[in-house]
Amino acid sequence: MSNNILEMRSITKEFPGVKALSDVNLVVERGEIRAICGENGAGKSTLMKVLSGVYPKGAYDGQIFFENEEVSFNSINQSEEKGIVIIHQELALVPTLSIAENIFLGNEQVQRGVINWHETNKLAAQLLARVGLDENPMTRITDIGVGKQQLVEIAKALSKKVKLLILDEPTAALNDTDSAHLLSLLRHLKEQGITSIMISHKLNEIIAIADSTTIIRDGMTIETVQKGPEMTQDRIIKGMVGRSLDNLFPEHEGTIGEELFRIEDWSVMHQTIPDRLAIDNANFDVRRGEIVGIAGLMGAGRTELAMSVFGEAWGRKISGKAFLHGKELHLRNVEEAIEAGLAYATEDRKRYGLNLIDDIRHNISAASLKRITKGGWVNANEEIIRAEKYRADMRIKTPSILNVVGQLSGGNQQKVVLSKWMMTEPEVLILDEPTRGIDVGAKYEIYTIINALADAGKGVIVISSELPELLGICDRIFTLAFGRITGQMPAKEATQENLMRLMTKEREAV
Amino acid sequence: MAGIKNLVNMRQSGIFVALVAIVLLFQVWTGGTLLSPGNVSNLVLQYSYILVLAIGMLFVIVVGHIDLSVGSIVALVGAVAATLLIKMNMPWWVAVVAGILVGVLIGAWHGFWVAYIGIPGFIVTLSGMLLFRGATAIVLGSISLSPMSPEYQQIASGFIQGLFGTAGGLDVFTLIIGAAAVVGVIVSALRTRKARISYEQAVEPFGLMVAKFAAVGLVVMFFAWRLAASRGLPIVLIILAVLILVYSLLSKNTVYGRHVYAIGGNIHAARLSGVDVKRTIFSVYVHMGFLSGIAGVIYSSRSNGAQPGAGNMFELDAIAACFIGGAAVTGGVGTVIGAIIGGMIMAVMTNGMQLLGIDFPTQQVVKGLVLLLAVAFDLINKQRALSK
Repeated sequence: MSNNILEMRSITKEFPGVKALSDVNLVVERGEIRAICGENGAGKSTLMKVLSGVYPKGAYDGQIFFENEEVSFNSINQSEEKGIVIIHQELALVPTLSIAENIFLGNEQVQRGVINWHETNKLAAQLLARVGLDENPMTRITDIGVGKQQLVEIAKALSKKVKLLILDEPTAALNDTDSAHLLSLLRHLKEQGITSIMISHKLNEIIAIADSTTIIRDGMTIETVQKGPEMTQDRIIKGMVGRSLDNLFPEHEGTIGEELFRIEDWSVMHQTIPDRLAIDNANFDVRRGEIVGIAGLMGAGRTELAMSVFGEAWGRKISGKAFLHGKELHLRNVEEAIEAGLAYATEDRKRYGLNLIDDIRHNISAASLKRITKGGWVNANEEIIRAEKYRADMRIKTPSILNVVGQLSGGNQQKVVLSKWMMTEPEVLILDEPTRGIDVGAKYEIYTIINALADAGKGVIVISSELPELLGICDRIFTLAFGRITGQMPAKEATQENLMRLMTKEREAV
Repeated sequence: MAGIKNLVNMRQSGIFVALVAIVLLFQVWTGGTLLSPGNVSNLVLQYSYILVLAIGMLFVIVVGHIDLSVGSIVALVGAVAATLLIKMNMPWWVAVVAGILVGVLIGAWHGFWVAYIGIPGFIVTLSGMLLFRGATAIVLGSISLSPMSPEYQQIASGFIQGLFGTAGGLDVFTLIIGAAAVVGVIVSALRTRKARISYEQAVEPFGLMVAKFAAVGLVVMFFAWRLAASRGLPIVLIILAVLILVYSLLSKNTVYGRHVYAIGGNIHAARLSGVDVKRTIFSVYVHMGFLSGIAGVIYSSRSNGAQPGAGNMFELDAIAACFIGGAAVTGGVGTVIGAIIGGMIMAVMTNGMQLLGIDFPTQQVVKGLVLLLAVAFDLINKQRALSK
């Protein structure tokens, strides 16, 4: 009998047109803390979904052995029965219920068909003591902070007799004190024989706590590094980003002009979490004809920064100055931002970018109806002309602009989003993850469009967590980490390693 | 061609066919009474206010909310108008203006709470339903007021007749208006078609279009003929036609209308496209209030007085009309014409069942089932189209 609690053998998972995992092997020893590292989209989450039964047997190829026994789960319930519990980055707690109710949700302490609340609260209190959380089990989830909520999730996992605990970016939303507490709790659980797998971007945390680190890139396991002198940030970063960049990006030689847009000392408080600074004194600028990249990992504040600039569409108590053509802007809402010449294409086109039940034509004109309106009446013919023009220019593959946007592929939807913002005739375009979830061919087309925008004298800001993408298309790259701009460099001087170092740079200890 | 877009059009044609089928069915069952001149005239007078409400409700539903208070608004508007006319001897137009103003103010009240405070429309208008029902009773002192002045009564029961004399027992003016309506529909459809062809857009086959024209023309002219044989053109019908035309254009061809659909389709995307979401939702309720005011005037004129219980359950008829007419519960989808046809289906069914002497409880059972089946049909069709 081996001492391995988990063995995943040659796991392959395909989505239509994309190979998310290819021949991935993962062996985890009983009682260790394993870190899994990789860029966004490398396949970490997919692998964990295969393990926990979100993708049932048959939806993937390969074998999974848990405690030396082959398993195949068809649902999360089945994996949890065996003692595999996954805690997602987005916590799965019901905010309006109490801590105890959440811990035993779906696993209620029932006697003769009636919930025994005394038993429930007593057990909950014991579990809370195990995770070191000093709260009344009857407190509602809304009344405790994110750090404590994370602990409640772990208590919930413990209530399910967890043997293998999987944490997806557990400290992403936590402050330093809460993170430290969480990490020491993981060590404590390890002493009790609980194995943990931790997906994380915070390399210093990984070095501090992990017994070994598995690096995943492009759906493949690159290597597993054991704790010791070998396990360094440099080695992990090299593993995460080391791929060739040939021919993925169109050739582009831009002509860069004078400064177009600039923000100074831009600070934003978090939209919903009180007293949390989401963006901390950010400065950046973009010049005419320039493509500027903003590199940052998930949760770094990329979208928050962009949306706060875009007519204060996100955040509270925004301070700082924004200049367009050297003139200070005072934008109070999105309408004014569009009129001033800003455009923001969201990272989540389905939720924030498109009206999926309406047609292509109406989606393209949605942000610039004023341009085709006289005396309150929309000129439907003009609208069709414009939409047809963008269909041709952007090569949106559709039989008709009257087709519903929800039926288009991701790449074509993204082209509709870009068309919509081009129709507003902006000076500065902020493109948030412009190639997320679209295939390689369509990516190339999007890059070509971005180049054309820059050549037309616009300032383009591309936000991306894919470093090769930024290196491939940008003229200059800013790095963003934990709400702060941590550096900028010309793309020619940038490497994935030095960018990643800046992207994971935490605030110096005070 | 686009699946869903096609489906929406199909659905609209489908519901039109359903209306014709229901009319024919009841025509046979009632032994011809349904489409007798007198009854056609009555149908218009009896249900016009529901159709007026359905127009406003359509906007509210498309933007993603609901209005449960319109029945109470109708009652309060009637109470205010009756008080002005009967107790204070004001001229008829003062009562009309005051009634509509009351509606607009109530709409603004609802819009404020929904749009600027963020309370769901369901709750705000549920409150309004109670609030304005109570206010009606207070204004009326819990008793009915009647009769209204003769001029005021004319709004709902007046006819334009004999303007160009009669021919063969038929009112010529009514026939001319009917013909003008048909010509208007055809001309505007042809113009749209021509424009679309010149922009190289797909258009429906010429034959299908002609068939549609023939169907619409037949129905409208038949309708005009019946009215002409009876008392002529009801004033209410003119008011209704103007409202349908104006709001139909508003929904399709103005920035405001587009914003309403954009918000209902995806409120986040609308906000990030520069749509003033709050102001738009606010004004949707103001429009609803304005139309409730008109409906209140028509209803109080028709019932020749004001009663504390007036307009009870009107909101449900208006909501049902929108959903039968293809509006989506989740917002973003629906047309004014669809809501009107949906309302007419409800009207013909109710009227037909009354003519057959079917009791009120049974009528409610049938109407309830029709609403359910119409929406189920819509959903199943959509799912089928998506799974293809």
